[in-house]
Amino acid sequence: MTGRTRGAAARLGLIAVPVAFFAVFFAYPVAAIVARGLKVDGVWQSGRIAEVLAQSDVRHVLWFTTWQAVVSTALTLLIALPGAYVFARFDFRGKQVLRAIVTVPFVLPTVVVGTAFLALVGRGGLLDELWGVRLDTTVWAILLAHVFFNYAVVVRTVGGLWAQLDPRQEEAARMLGASPLRAWRQVTLPALAPAVAAAALMVFLFTFTSFGVVQILGGPTFSTLEVEIYRQTSEIFDLSTAAVLTLIQFVAVGAILALHAWTVRRRETALRLVDPSVTARRPRGAGQWALLGGVLVTVVVLLLLPLAVLVQRSLDAPGFGYYRALTRNDGGVFLVPPIEAIGNSLSYAVVATLIAVVIGGLAAVALTRRDAGRFVRGFDALLMLPLGVSAVTVGFGFLIALDEPPLDLRSSWILVPLAQALVGVPFVVRTMLPVLRAVDVRLREAASVLGASPWRVWREVDLPMVRRALLIAAGFAFAVSLGEFGATVFIARPDNPTLPVAVARLLGRPGELNYGQAMALSTILMVVCAVALLVLERLRTDRTGEF
Amino acid sequence: MLLSLEGATVRFGGRAVLDAVDLEVAEHEIVCVLGPSGSGKSTLLRAVAGLQPLDSGRVSLDGRNQVGVPAHRRGVGLMFQDHQLFPQRDVGGNVAFGLRMHGAPKRQQAERVQELLDLVGLPGASRRAVAALSGGEQQRVALARALAPSPRLLMLDEPLGQLDRSLRERLVVELKELFGRLGTTVLAVTHDQGEAFALADRVVVMRDGRIAQSGSPLEVWQRPADAFVARFLGFENVVEATVGAEAADTPWGKVPVPEGAAQGTRPLLVRPGGVRLVPADAGLRCTVTARTFKGTHVAVHLQPEDAPRLEAACALRAAPAVGDEVGVEFDVTEIVVLG
Repeated sequence: MTGRTRGAAARLGLIAVPVAFFAVFFAYPVAAIVARGLKVDGVWQSGRIAEVLAQSDVRHVLWFTTWQAVVSTALTLLIALPGAYVFARFDFRGKQVLRAIVTVPFVLPTVVVGTAFLALVGRGGLLDELWGVRLDTTVWAILLAHVFFNYAVVVRTVGGLWAQLDPRQEEAARMLGASPLRAWRQVTLPALAPAVAAAALMVFLFTFTSFGVVQILGGPTFSTLEVEIYRQTSEIFDLSTAAVLTLIQFVAVGAILALHAWTVRRRETALRLVDPSVTARRPRGAGQWALLGGVLVTVVVLLLLPLAVLVQRSLDAPGFGYYRALTRNDGGVFLVPPIEAIGNSLSYAVVATLIAVVIGGLAAVALTRRDAGRFVRGFDALLMLPLGVSAVTVGFGFLIALDEPPLDLRSSWILVPLAQALVGVPFVVRTMLPVLRAVDVRLREAASVLGASPWRVWREVDLPMVRRALLIAAGFAFAVSLGEFGATVFIARPDNPTLPVAVARLLGRPGELNYGQAMALSTILMVVCAVALLVLERLRTDRTGEF
Repeated sequence: MLLSLEGATVRFGGRAVLDAVDLEVAEHEIVCVLGPSGSGKSTLLRAVAGLQPLDSGRVSLDGRNQVGVPAHRRGVGLMFQDHQLFPQRDVGGNVAFGLRMHGAPKRQQAERVQELLDLVGLPGASRRAVAALSGGEQQRVALARALAPSPRLLMLDEPLGQLDRSLRERLVVELKELFGRLGTTVLAVTHDQGEAFALADRVVVMRDGRIAQSGSPLEVWQRPADAFVARFLGFENVVEATVGAEAADTPWGKVPVPEGAAQGTRPLLVRPGGVRLVPADAGLRCTVTARTFKGTHVAVHLQPEDAPRLEAACALRAAPAVGDEVGVEFDVTEIVVLG
């Protein structure tokens, strides 16, 4: 065997595990549910697609899904771009803390965000009490929650690049006779545009497939594709309509991801990047201070207020009444005291994190090689699919597909962490890949010439450099697993609910006590996620990943 | 032979970067491969190290075929162009790396690290961070790291490439002494002829993946094999000539050739020292177009009428001014008929 074929074989071996994982736990369940919906007596009913598309309520859902995603994205850019600029170019006291705070919403479970906005703008919410204003029956609640969620995506991706753009490029343009605005338009904006596009596409993807937020805030009026798929499968049991909707979402998500991959590749081309610490300086003049003030006010009102209200509502009963109620088993909503959901969630999330780190880590190592073939590069894009493909479909697909030997997992606890890991893997890959790619190939060669075997090279050269990234990836996977809702809601067993499932069930029932308990559980979930993120923030370096 | 390559070929795409190269290196020999960038010299080192698989041919070490033996089992050392020190380890950790990979006991590692750091002139630097080292110090650490596992063949890729000139000239002498003392077998590549001539027992000039000439520094300098090697060594006065028994017809007129030179249509080299300036009414009439100060002499650029430019080496005082008209005669001892 020559060196070349041996390398190829090793790479294939590495990638085999993640490929098998995705084939069994992603492609197979999704295919199974689509087949179940569109195949009658072994014959594909492709005519169903046209039939479903002809239904006016389906077209209504499609239209709403699209336009709310467009408006959410535009709104997020409008509100977050000034923030990106401020974080990139200004130096002010408390910047590090503020940057961490801004990121918290991104890792919060959708259910918590929905609940928090319900507490702010819903019936009996803060605005209702103060001024009698309610937004929970309008689309504004959904849009604001989406901005809340994705503010960090824009600040991170755009601001991160902005901070590293060499200001001397603009200075060079000024020396050649360009006005400050002209220099910005001609030099900075073109450099920034791919990052803005990539961030916008990410926000569009997240809002297009929004489930938890719309489920809680949308009421009967507003429904995205994902919510509709859930309704069709779990309430109406119309599997063929659900299958068609899944396919539509699949195609849309594929297109968005392809576009995203393209913009990211363009972003990587030939920019002069510098250390971010040298580009930021203290704001000067009234205009810059006003901009900083405006961003601070936005962060407080849009990001902190909903969370503060959530905490306040959870404390509304005397003597931590809602929290204490969580420890009692009322026999109505659950078979167990709701507080047990915390333990369930944590242990599920730990297992899911382990799976995601192993699978995602292997995939990232295999994808690191620059000479990776087309097959491997295609796999790179496929890994992103679980981010956008209907989690509801995956969850339901698990129930349908994994119910017979040799894979009879329907009653096994592992089903929940498996589904959660699926969503965590893309984060692990995205966090580790840039760091692994940044390791100089010749460093590995140096170790190899000194007598290190390939495995030893990985342990001695790669691992020390990616240890941080690995921890960050694990943290993201943990937070994402903790908050996963769409798939878990199907497969979590009634006696073992996770936190988000428990919150959703409590919210679905009338009465002040249930409402209060939902607020209390959400608060607990928020604190766990926020703590996980703040630990990550301490580990973060500027090189690590896209999120 | 310690190292021998037979018909070693590497193709990138359709292009042969290494084209049927035959090369032998004896024990204790220092061989320098010299060539412009893109001539395939780095690929040659990578092929010997096992980092670049051959498309055909073979690499043998101590007579044993190495094709299929992975890099970490070949027992050769390679010092990388930009050192590639492991950033997360200190100096001692870097030097000890190869010893650890070979399973040397801890005490032996510590002793050897100390010994090598003394050897390269960095005693007591073991605990220092590599990021805090200067370029010259990094180069020494990289050398110590490559030497630590006592490789049977040490390869150096542009060993002094990134250092400034005075440091480079000092280090090249140190290296030569060190390798002589240790009896190390060395295969180095560089694009700098000064470095190659100073370091090597034997120089191998490469062009487009092939070996253009191989010989001692003196041989290569005195008798470049062809026009390419002559031009690469910095000689400008190379023209096509029709060589006869005693003289050659060139665009510069009749030029005397040494006895026994090959006859026929061949390239001919006149070393700048062989271009003698005489009064304008004698010899080939030229105009001085430029003068460059070279420290020990002045390079005078001359433009004859209807002939390629000539470069002459002139004593400082005798150098004519730009615009002067001079005559040129040729000195037969500085003329080489090329292959």
